[in-house]
Amino acid sequence: MSSTHKIRDRLTESRIFIGRIMAVSILVTVLISGLVARLVYLQIVGHEHYAVLAKNNRIKVSSIPPTRGIIYDRKGRVLAQNLPSYSLEIIPEQVKDLEDTLHRLQLLLDLTDDVLDEFRKQKKRHKRFDSVPLLLSLTEEEVAKFAVARPFFPGVDIHAILVRYYPYGILTSHVVGYVGRINEKELKDLPEAEYSGTFYMGKVGIELAYEAQLHGKAGYTEVETNAQGRPINVLNKVEPEAGANLSLTLDMDLQKTAYDSLEGYDGALVAIEIKTGNVLAFVSHPSFDPNPFVNGISSKDYKALQDSEDQPMFNRALRGLYPPGSTVKPFVGLAGLENKVITANRSIYCPGYFQLPNVRHRFRDWAKWGHGATNLNDAITQSCDVYFYSLALTLGIDKMHDFLQQFGFGEKTGIDLVGEKTGTLPSQQWKKAAKKGSWVAGDTIITGIGQGFTQVSPVQLARATATLANRGKVVTPYLVSRLDYVNHTEAGPVQSGKVIPLQEKNLDDVIAGMVNVIHSARGTAKELAKGIQYKIAGKTGTAQVYSVKQNESYNKNIDLKLRDHALFISFAPADDPKIAVAVVVENGGHGGTTAAPMAAKVINQFLTGEKPDAVGTPQ
Amino acid sequence: MQLEHRSEHFESHSLIGRIFRKLHLDIPLLVFLGLICLLSFVILYSASNQDIPTLERQLARIGLAFTFMTALAHVNPYQLQRYSVGLYSLGILLLVAVLAVGKISLGAQRWLDLGFFRFQPSEMIKITTPMMVSWYLAEHPFPLNWKQLLIAFALILTPTLLIAKQPDLGTAILVASAGCAVLFFAGLSWRFISYSAATIAGLMPLLWSMMHDYQRDRVLTLFNPEADPMGRGYHIIQSKIAIGSGGIYGKGWLGSTQAKLDYLPESSTDFIFAVFAEEFGLAGCLGLLILYLLVIFRCLFITMEAQDPYSRLLAGSLSFAFFVYVFVNIGMVIGILPVVGVPLPLISYGGTSMVTLMASFGILMSIQTHKKFIPH
Repeated sequence: MSSTHKIRDRLTESRIFIGRIMAVSILVTVLISGLVARLVYLQIVGHEHYAVLAKNNRIKVSSIPPTRGIIYDRKGRVLAQNLPSYSLEIIPEQVKDLEDTLHRLQLLLDLTDDVLDEFRKQKKRHKRFDSVPLLLSLTEEEVAKFAVARPFFPGVDIHAILVRYYPYGILTSHVVGYVGRINEKELKDLPEAEYSGTFYMGKVGIELAYEAQLHGKAGYTEVETNAQGRPINVLNKVEPEAGANLSLTLDMDLQKTAYDSLEGYDGALVAIEIKTGNVLAFVSHPSFDPNPFVNGISSKDYKALQDSEDQPMFNRALRGLYPPGSTVKPFVGLAGLENKVITANRSIYCPGYFQLPNVRHRFRDWAKWGHGATNLNDAITQSCDVYFYSLALTLGIDKMHDFLQQFGFGEKTGIDLVGEKTGTLPSQQWKKAAKKGSWVAGDTIITGIGQGFTQVSPVQLARATATLANRGKVVTPYLVSRLDYVNHTEAGPVQSGKVIPLQEKNLDDVIAGMVNVIHSARGTAKELAKGIQYKIAGKTGTAQVYSVKQNESYNKNIDLKLRDHALFISFAPADDPKIAVAVVVENGGHGGTTAAPMAAKVINQFLTGEKPDAVGTPQ
Repeated sequence: MQLEHRSEHFESHSLIGRIFRKLHLDIPLLVFLGLICLLSFVILYSASNQDIPTLERQLARIGLAFTFMTALAHVNPYQLQRYSVGLYSLGILLLVAVLAVGKISLGAQRWLDLGFFRFQPSEMIKITTPMMVSWYLAEHPFPLNWKQLLIAFALILTPTLLIAKQPDLGTAILVASAGCAVLFFAGLSWRFISYSAATIAGLMPLLWSMMHDYQRDRVLTLFNPEADPMGRGYHIIQSKIAIGSGGIYGKGWLGSTQAKLDYLPESSTDFIFAVFAEEFGLAGCLGLLILYLLVIFRCLFITMEAQDPYSRLLAGSLSFAFFVYVFVNIGMVIGILPVVGVPLPLISYGGTSMVTLMASFGILMSIQTHKKFIPH
């Protein structure tokens, strides 16, 4: 029984199986016929259409560069913008003899060899069928000249482009920076698709620090072109997205006042709004016009800038390092109070020099005959060196280092610019590592008056001053307050919220001394007090460039480059601080006479809105 | 032994025939496969811009693949049946291993680095899945109860989902279709098939409404490549230009401009059919399709002649899988199917799929040449 069942099952199974094979065969045949039908459609019906597409070829996808974001100051004045201009561009693939073409263009438009060399460099970073710029921003005359000769230059054409322009030129070059042609090295680090249609990128300043935000997003077009590469039909287009517009914290009125006040000197001025960390003025003097850099500065002009004795391209505010001199004294004084090694009222006697026990060497005071009995307030007001020699020695280098470090001496401030210098705040460890020597008492003593190894940048000084004025709430200077993207807005960097623990009484004592620097008869910058309704707290500083030998007195007619650097730190109004300003004037002589009036002009203009003429110029 | 010996006498008398019988090779299949491989060299020479090292590497792969095929042809189907469960389990384990520790290769986890060589478990599973399902259905002949049916589907879905997760959509489709083919050949009722098809079709709108917008966009792009001209759509646009410009007779060997000028991407691998169509035209394409059809029908013939349930199901499934391979690749190149990464079998440059394909032909040859003679 069961065996017949099995046989019948097998027969059924076989029958079903053969049926399935037939079904698959039919399916295969039908589907393959489908493929054939489609091939017939493409290769017979559509043949002509596709043959034309293949011959004319082809579909070219080209990038549309985004518009670079505009940069404004805090009052909405344009600091960096894009101006429509004409460029002369070459598509190497379409030029038979490139060198010949370049040579003829050189004759026609009177081009320098620099321009041709730059083009040869740029050519390497583009594909053969890309358009490579030879000249950016043609003059009208050049446009006219080329337009006439255009038929003789196949593959060369004039394009409308946007060129970066800095309306304030010399005033902003050390803050806003500038853009320049992208070189091969930079190209490696940039996203290729985003930059394939872009000629520029930020080289320094805000333009570099915020390159990613300013650049925007590239769009593209998909274009059908003929064999000569001329576009016939736009198949698809995706619009680029413009870069973010940046609002800076900078106030161009203050910036100009600050810049003008440094006239005749090499130096730097940094002004910070205390509560926000907003940088109001950021000046390095002298400066240079950033606009020639946009389209490639000529090597002659570049060399002139580089060889200039005043180093206009050197960003002193950000990268210049100077001994802080006496401007460090309020901080050292505060360190003494906080560490309880002094009290505000206790006086010491200043004979005009300081000596270590059993050592003949005398550490001089700037006042040859001394200041007599001096307490902390007097010491700050009159900038008594002996008081701080003694205090530094009592404190010791380690405590002094640790306290000053909290104010950011010898540290990057974190300002939103690239290339900031660290500087030096010496300690025993530092000397061992950097100088391979051990720390001696003399090192401690001169560190107490901001000489010796200490090196700070003007922006560091400004930050420390602002932090002191902010009663220990650490201020980080920032330049960008807002980024306006196409679809949304972002705020600039925010304050860290760090606080240095300080006694209110100690702060008051130190600030009282700083107020007396300006508002007392014996203050080192007492001229500033004339004609102002508010109180300024400040401290002058004079940093030695040239060390005066023992038993030698300072020669007033010393070579200009060896004269002392003049420094001044300040904030105002003293009872409700709003602005902090630090000034460094190279070889400026005395801080009180040279540097302090510069800061005062900026402070007065910020607080009263009056232009500098209203400020009484001392002496 | 005795029976086998007699069948040899029964089927082939010529010397060559006897030699091939000894080698367990199927002559017609071997000839068709050889012709396709020959075409592969011809078109690869052109598609690779006449790069000899490319051809040498391809030759080495084909050599390896034929060796593998011959080796498998010697393995008795009975042995294959015995090892089905073990090989399948091993395959699944390796797939899990790939997901767990696999090296990221080309953005997807497909490789397992064994130190001396890199191994792609999804290739192995292409064969072991139909083996496993065939084994299961040979043990449990139709009609199946629901539980058995569910187990059979689970056997197919497990490797499919593991591969889809890698993600390798092309291979997942091939594995799933090979597995389902076994069910179909085993006699899954037409009623069940049509109900399933209707259910899936009915669920589509529901599924669609549950999807996020971006998922829908993705599906739409898949079916309308022109909507993504910078990505895969660009391939299809260029591929269609290549094929269409070929016309009836083509631009002649080495005459492809689309591939030469780099307008057609992946011209040596997944899109090689477009180069073939551009150079040899519709006439060439028909010739190639006929060759493929000959292979498929020879495989189906072997399937029909197979003598035990396991051999039948496995042979049928492997034949159908080969067809799916051809159809999916050409369908995608000519722009009627979404672009998934499936090479043109036996012609595209690349070694991994070549070996698997030849292995499946080895199994088919083994089934054909290990038949016992049954008198009618």
